[in-house]
Amino acid sequence: MLELKDICYKIDNKDILKDINIVIKSHEFVLITGPNGSGKSTLVKIIMGLIKPTSGKVLLDGVDITDKRVYERARLGITFTFQTPVIFKGLTVRDLLCISRDYYYDDYVGRELLKKVGLCAQEYLDREVNNSLSGGELKRIELACALGKQGKYMLFDEPEAGIDLWSFEDLTNIFKDVKKSKCSGLVVISHQEKLFNIADKIIVLENGSIIEFGNKNKINKYLKNSKCEKCMRDNNE
Amino acid sequence: MNNEDKDILFNILNEEIDDNSVHNIRKNGKTISRNDSDEIKIISKKDKQGIEIFVKSSVKNQTIQVPVLLTTEGFNDTVYNDYNIEANAEVTIVAGCAIHNDCEITSIHSGVHKFNIGKNAKVRYIEKHYGCGQVDSNKVINTDTIINLSESSSLTIETVQISGVDKSLRNTVAVLEMNSVLEISEKLMTASNDEVISNYKIDLKGMNSKVNLISRSIAKSNSSQNFVSELVGNNKSFGHIECDAIIMDNAKVSSTPKIVAKNVEAELTHEAAIGKISGEQILKLETLGLTKEEAEAEIIKGFMK
Repeated sequence: MLELKDICYKIDNKDILKDINIVIKSHEFVLITGPNGSGKSTLVKIIMGLIKPTSGKVLLDGVDITDKRVYERARLGITFTFQTPVIFKGLTVRDLLCISRDYYYDDYVGRELLKKVGLCAQEYLDREVNNSLSGGELKRIELACALGKQGKYMLFDEPEAGIDLWSFEDLTNIFKDVKKSKCSGLVVISHQEKLFNIADKIIVLENGSIIEFGNKNKINKYLKNSKCEKCMRDNNE
Repeated sequence: MNNEDKDILFNILNEEIDDNSVHNIRKNGKTISRNDSDEIKIISKKDKQGIEIFVKSSVKNQTIQVPVLLTTEGFNDTVYNDYNIEANAEVTIVAGCAIHNDCEITSIHSGVHKFNIGKNAKVRYIEKHYGCGQVDSNKVINTDTIINLSESSSLTIETVQISGVDKSLRNTVAVLEMNSVLEISEKLMTASNDEVISNYKIDLKGMNSKVNLISRSIAKSNSSQNFVSELVGNNKSFGHIECDAIIMDNAKVSSTPKIVAKNVEAELTHEAAIGKISGEQILKLETLGLTKEEAEAEIIKGFMK
């Protein structure tokens, strides 16, 4: 179980996040949405340890991990995919998959992971993860690494961003599979309605506060009347 | 050759020497083992130190190993090796130099290598420089590489100097005739107070000649690297230079890629980038469970692969 207790984050005395309290059960799919600047990315970065909260606690299975470093959280089972994938000169797709698997790796595993994200292993395992790959390809490789990590919680910061021609259906199916397999909990920042439909719970953030938390039916009324509706429409068009 | 020599040799060849393979091992200024064949002749030079290697046209997919060892402390060795490759031959040459020096007196190896590559011949040259010992600043490896590529021939050079060489001056000069291709991949890593200067001068003389020079380096501690390249397009030709360096600690890196076109059809490009390991790259690997130090090591390993 992942718990955020009274999380606050301030920059120059300005509240970015205010009194965030969330409980995410194992194997739960929680979607975070809200307008730009509402604090969504900050929230998942606090879970991963990329940002330290001004106050409050992050607990994993009852253990306080607020002061744990990023790699320690990763070893405890939390993984994170960046909105803009990082590129490396020299490191290949195989290298990254191997690291994500904590070096328990062979090409069979690599092939299966790439297959899940719609890439042909033969073409990609030896490719450098550099700017010769398109945004969509890099995103899929990020996803493959996250799947390879098989953490307790997988955090995704707008996984649909940068995916051009790749059918969004494939991405939705990956999340469906993870949810079905009950291997990991999912925390996904997204504005995509298709993901709203498969999420167990949706958190709506606005101005750094949770204004709605529940299933899609519970927050439907809010979504229809809020800025999020417009934001969803824009993104889904 | 003792076991220690074998270990050092393994560091530069990545494999053990097979007695039946074509090879010439030089240790402390003398040839200690040689094996050649009817198709590949290795002959000692009469007027100076070094060997002449003659590769016949009939040679296909064969390998020649020509490593040099310096284990006598303070030894100063200059060797002249000529590689004469006949038309249509296809050969891989694995060379390299390893210095072991535990004393304050500097050991120096200077290698002067000439490649005369015949029409349509294909050559792959793998070179690794390596130093080891208890004392810093006492192992020097200098190279002069002179390349003549005949019509439609090709040479691929993979040169690596990763650790233990304290000073190095590397000069490479090449002349490319019509349709010939030169591919160079240089990997350098310097640490402590190491100094490396790497100079290239490449003449794209013949029509449709082509060169691709890629240098990747890492400079750590107080080391310094100076990369200077000059590409001259004298004909309709294609040339690309790429120099990419990661700088760490108090190191210094300089890169001067120069391209000169003397023909309107010459297509010449260069890219040079120097920078530290990006924080994002480290963070990404940390999210996969690596510590900062482990992440840096993986990034460096990948960059130099």
